[in-house]
Order: sequence, then structure tokens, then C-alpha cells
Amino acid sequence: MTSLPKSNPAKSLGLVIDLDTCVGCHACAVNCKEWNTGGHMAPLTDLNPYDSNPDGVWFNRVHTYEAGDRETGRTVHFPRSCLHCAEPQCVSVCPTGASYKRTEDGIVLVDEDKCIGCKLCSWACPYGAREYDPHAGVMKKCTLCIDRIYNETLPENERVPACVATCPASARHFGDLGDPNSDVSKLVASRGGYDLGQELGYKPTNKYLPPRTSKKAQERSTNDDPQNGLLRWVDRLLSN
Amino acid sequence: MHPAYSVIFFTTSSGFGYGLAFWILILSLTKVVDDQWLGGIGLMIALAAITFGLLASTMHLGNPGRAWRAFSQWRSSWLSREGVVAVLSLVFISLAWLGMVTDVKGNFWVISSWLGILTALTTVLCTGMIYQSLKPIAAWQSKLTTPVYLTYAILTGGFASAALISFFDSEGQLPAALSVIAAITLAGMKISYWKRASRVISLTPESATGLGKLGKVRQLEAPHATANYINKEMGFKVARKHSEKLRTIVLCMGFLAPVILGLIGILNDGLSQVMWSIAALLSIGGAVVERWLFFAEAKHAVSAFYSS
Repeated sequence: MTSLPKSNPAKSLGLVIDLDTCVGCHACAVNCKEWNTGGHMAPLTDLNPYDSNPDGVWFNRVHTYEAGDRETGRTVHFPRSCLHCAEPQCVSVCPTGASYKRTEDGIVLVDEDKCIGCKLCSWACPYGAREYDPHAGVMKKCTLCIDRIYNETLPENERVPACVATCPASARHFGDLGDPNSDVSKLVASRGGYDLGQELGYKPTNKYLPPRTSKKAQERSTNDDPQNGLLRWVDRLLSN
Repeated sequence: MHPAYSVIFFTTSSGFGYGLAFWILILSLTKVVDDQWLGGIGLMIALAAITFGLLASTMHLGNPGRAWRAFSQWRSSWLSREGVVAVLSLVFISLAWLGMVTDVKGNFWVISSWLGILTALTTVLCTGMIYQSLKPIAAWQSKLTTPVYLTYAILTGGFASAALISFFDSEGQLPAALSVIAAITLAGMKISYWKRASRVISLTPESATGLGKLGKVRQLEAPHATANYINKEMGFKVARKHSEKLRTIVLCMGFLAPVILGLIGILNDGLSQVMWSIAALLSIGGAVVERWLFFAEAKHAVSAFYSS
């Protein structure tokens, strides 16, 4: 059924991505590709992998942005993947019932055996989370590593999505965002986590933590710093 | 958005077919025309155009063999609704055609004809709603998207039915006159659609990333060096360069010329066959260009993540 679940899912599993600590190393994207090319959505097809124009399905894409100008401006690394929205239009537009949102944990999945490859779901996603596999003729998307998080053959601490497991900066967190007392919900509350493109009303489950404002930059832009190097050092030492 | 030829041909061809079926059925039901052969041939052309369009639409599917599954999710999906109503329309229009060629026009024929009209228009409505309901494409979220699809069906089918009727020595003045009005209305609707489309935007780089508080956001480095599916499918840019020229073509070839030719045909009986035939061809040609622009010019929200 591509009608959305009427009641809220029992759990809302999702990711919290910390834009302050992400270093833009693309390890999440690579480990995701590595796991999922043999996982639930396998294979993540590559087209012309050894050619000059390689193309293929990836569930994580890491952008790098410049935000703001001068002292307050900064570089932000920005991993983008499926947000497992509470109101995913990608699900409701699906004509075959291949796309669905699970009632037990809110994960949005594609049943590849039912997908006719009409691509309408990818048009309905503003976040570019769905990528088409022209070889299999079906749509592919992030499964939140459904084959890891419930996998009892893995040690318990490894039952997290591949992108979370591999992140060297601990910029990615996994948990139940429907439970206000979970670690991830507390993290979101304390850091002012937000939804991407919230004006479109998809109510993403995944949250992003904004980059912390650098104290140094703030001081420089608001205060009249002493020009002398030694005085500036003393000033900073004393103001701490 | 990437303008897939299969979708352009589907929407233009089946839109024309449904428009033609609408006109033939409504003019026969109201006894404005009463010719077994005219009805038979008219509906045959309509059914051929609809079927060709539907077949073309399955060509862009990754797994056409599973297309039957698309009839299942009519509760939530406009695409599924379109599939269901399209099949029903083929059944009812075929039944109406059968009554027409056998000249057995009892109550059964009347009911199938009305249901044929209803399902024909509903299919076009569903086609429009597929696009109009997509939140990430701000231009398509216009209230005019679906009315444009419907009016295009009435226009392209209208001139064709007028031409056909004139070949059977009947009076095609009514559909021709109404098609002229449809063309003028449609020109106004498209101008207003284009005006709105240049204004609206669904996501900015600032709102998409949520980094707007820091200031202006621009992409420093893309996630991948070569274009991926998202760039190829949603990031089509060719049309924006030529959009002014193509819009002028739509207005002149698709609306202005058919209006003039349609009026000449109405005023001069001897010329009506030629004029209305050319008007029908030009309006269909205009529809193809308009449809191509409809896709190619539409900007998808995801492009906000990639804008530098």
C-alpha cells in the first residue's frame, strides 16, 4: 500500500548529522556503497566504472558548501541521503505499491520486485534521495541499513547503519527520533537540530545539527580587537 | 526536468485522442452530427491515438512487463488512477464505437457514450494531476496545469473533429468555433502559467541546506565529478536558453495560426476542410512543443543542493 500509515509509526528510526563535526571525508558514502552493494538493495549498479564518465547508484552524497561571507562565513561539509520522511510524497505517488513506509519503524523502502521503474518517486523527492538503476530497471534508495540494524549475527555495537559505523568524526548518529528521551532526540534538542527544506512539508525524520558559531569569528566581527598581537593575546586570555 | 519523448508523445497523442472521442461522442449524442461512418472513423482514429499514447508511455518504464501492477494504488497515486481510468475509457469508447458502426444506438449505446466522455476527460484530468501534485516542482504546482491539459485535449480534438465532419459534408461550425475559443483561452492560460513559473521556486540553497542563517550558500564542491542520475533526470538546462523562442512558436503556431485558420474555415464553407485540417495539425504541433517546454523548463527542488 502506498497510502501512508494512518497512525504514527511505533518508532521513527533515523539519522542525526552533525554539520559542525563532519570533515567531508566521504567515508560514509564509501562504506554505504560497500555494504549496500551486497545488501537488501543490492547491487548498487555502476555504469562505466572504469571509463571517463563513471556513473552509478549511491545512497550518500557529500556536498561541500560555502555559507556566509568574510569572518562569519565558513565551509560546511554536507552529507545528503534519504531522510525517511514522515510524509514522503515518494511513497504516495507510487502506482504499484513498491514504495512503502514501514509502520513499525518508519523506514521508507522499495520492494524491487514490484517496481516498474516509472521514476515518478524520484520526481516526488525534493532531496534527491532516490537513484534509478537502468540495468535492473528499478529505483534504489537508502534502507537505513535494515540488514544491519536488526542483524542478530552482528555484534550489538555494530547494529547501526554503515555510514554511522564508519564515520571517523562521529558526525553521524542513529536512533529513534520518535522517542523524546532517546539519545538522538536529546542531541537534537540541545543543539537545535533542524529539518531540511521544511517549507515543503515532508516532515523528514533525519535531523541536521547546525555548525556551531565560531567564537573567534564572532569576536572579530563584533568587537574592536586590539590590533597589537601581544595585546590581542592578553585580551583573549583575560576574556576566557 | 528531463523531457522524455515517450511521455511527450503519450500526453499529446492520448490527449488528442481523448479530445477527439469527446467531440465525436458529444456531437453524436446531441445529434448535431448523425453519420454512422463519421462516428465510426472518428472514434477509430481516437482509439488509435489513445492506444498509441498508452503504449508509448510504457516505453519509458524500466520493467514494462510489470505495468499491470500500476492499477493497484488508485487510493493514493494519480498515476495509478490514470491507468485505471484509461483502461475503462478504452472499454467504454470501444463499446460506443461498436454501437456507432452497427448503428444500434439504444440505451446501452447512450450510457457507454456518456461513460466514454466521462472517463476520457477524467484520464486527462489524472494526467494533469500527476504533474500538478508534485511538490518539488514549483512551476507545475500551478492551478492551471491540469486545466491546460484538459483544454489542450478539447482544442486538438476539436479542430480534428471539425475537419473530419466537414469531409462528411456535415456542419463542423460548432466544434470549430469552440476550438477557436479554446485556443484563445489556452493562450491566456499559458501566458499566465509562464509568468508564474518564472517567479516561483520551491527550495533555495539556503532553505534546502538549512544553512541560510550563516548567509548566502553556494556549492564549493559537488559530491561527484560526473553527472549522476539526479543531475541527468532533474537538471535539464537546454530549454532555458531557447525558452523565449519556443514560447513564441507555441503562441504563434499552436494558438494564433489555428485561430485564424479556424475562423477562415467558419466564414468560408469551401475552405473549411483544408483550413480546419491544417489548424488541427498546427495545434497538435504546438502541443508537442508546449509539452516539451513544460518538462524541460520545470526546475526541480533538488537543483538547490547543486547550485553554485
